[in-house]
Amino acid sequence: MTVHSFQEHFDSLIDREIAIEPKDWMPDDYRKTLIRQISQHAHSEIIGMLPEGNWITRAPSLRRKAVLLAKVQDEAGHGLYLYSAAETLGVSRDELYNQLHTGKAKYSSIFNYPTLTWADMGAIGWLVDGAAIMNQVPLCRASYGPYARAMVRVCKEESFHQRQGFEIMLNLSNGTDVQKKMAQDAFNRWWWPSLMMFGPPDAESPNTVNSVRWRIKRLTNDELRQKFVDVTVEQAKILGLSVPDKDLKWNEERGHYDFGVINWDEFWNVVMGNGPCNKQRLETRKKAWEDGKWVRDAAMAHAAKRKERKAKAA
Amino acid sequence: MWEVFIRSKAGLDHKHAGSLHAADAQMAMENARDVYTRRMEGVSIWVVESSHIHASDPDQASSMYDPANDKIYRHPTFYNLPDEVKYM
Repeated sequence: MTVHSFQEHFDSLIDREIAIEPKDWMPDDYRKTLIRQISQHAHSEIIGMLPEGNWITRAPSLRRKAVLLAKVQDEAGHGLYLYSAAETLGVSRDELYNQLHTGKAKYSSIFNYPTLTWADMGAIGWLVDGAAIMNQVPLCRASYGPYARAMVRVCKEESFHQRQGFEIMLNLSNGTDVQKKMAQDAFNRWWWPSLMMFGPPDAESPNTVNSVRWRIKRLTNDELRQKFVDVTVEQAKILGLSVPDKDLKWNEERGHYDFGVINWDEFWNVVMGNGPCNKQRLETRKKAWEDGKWVRDAAMAHAAKRKERKAKAA
Repeated sequence: MWEVFIRSKAGLDHKHAGSLHAADAQMAMENARDVYTRRMEGVSIWVVESSHIHASDPDQASSMYDPANDKIYRHPTFYNLPDEVKYM
């Protein structure tokens, strides 16, 4: 087949909603887009453990501690599913880690905000994981097989993350005045960054057109953001918390909530590395990687010894 | 690199779950348990070194499966029987 007919074959698979698998021919840009998106997602899971790790030792009860540990453990797992999916595209794990550690690859900028109080664990589960689920459910039907399958697994596990967060918020909002204030304060700080999680507006999102064409993305950033606003505003009512947006208003005609203008300067500033915790997150991650070197070395040495012992015994 | 296959319950096939890195089979098994069965997803795990898997070439798929393509008489629906025939 010529490159031209390879391309035609690929396009026809995409158009017929037939999954692309690792050994299939694919255009270079499709491969590059997938590697970028999947690895960014994997990095986000790994860095995403850090803001929550901050609260594991200070969780208010044994139940909360067990839950938070399980959630963080899931995130490590999600990172691994996604790194494996990226590796099927021909990039090595070492290269992916290197891109993260040198700042060449990005992760979700939401994790560059600090977790100041226990209520932040609630707000992150409810809003950040809620936004992530909104983003991820359509990815279960992404055109690249290994990615879609990893996402099915991720989505199955993610649901408890959001529910436990909402439960924390619910308890706090039904608690003392101080607790309620704490919940509202966390909501105020996480609401706008959560809306930014869906990425820049469609008109300014350079990758959207191709991603939609290739069925990597099913819905645009703005469509997903609107969906998130519509469901989350209703959930806030149940908590009795007020959405920190004076322009928020139900639009009868559109059948959606209108909401205020997002501060995109802040978004780009955080993406560029100037958020409150960018430096700290990356340093913590790099230190964890370097401090873990002896564990990796010991594991390899142990495996070699085991092999030797087995050979001797045989 | 290791490929992980999981039997979700007795009586079913092992099914590919994903892959992971490990130094040897024992570590691959332990990692597979931690990464792929945190919610009782399995009763049995197989791990296979990825380099031991030989896969067919998707570009050869048409010739590869061509011999089966024109043998519809291998399917029961190929045979027209009167409606009166029961239990067949």
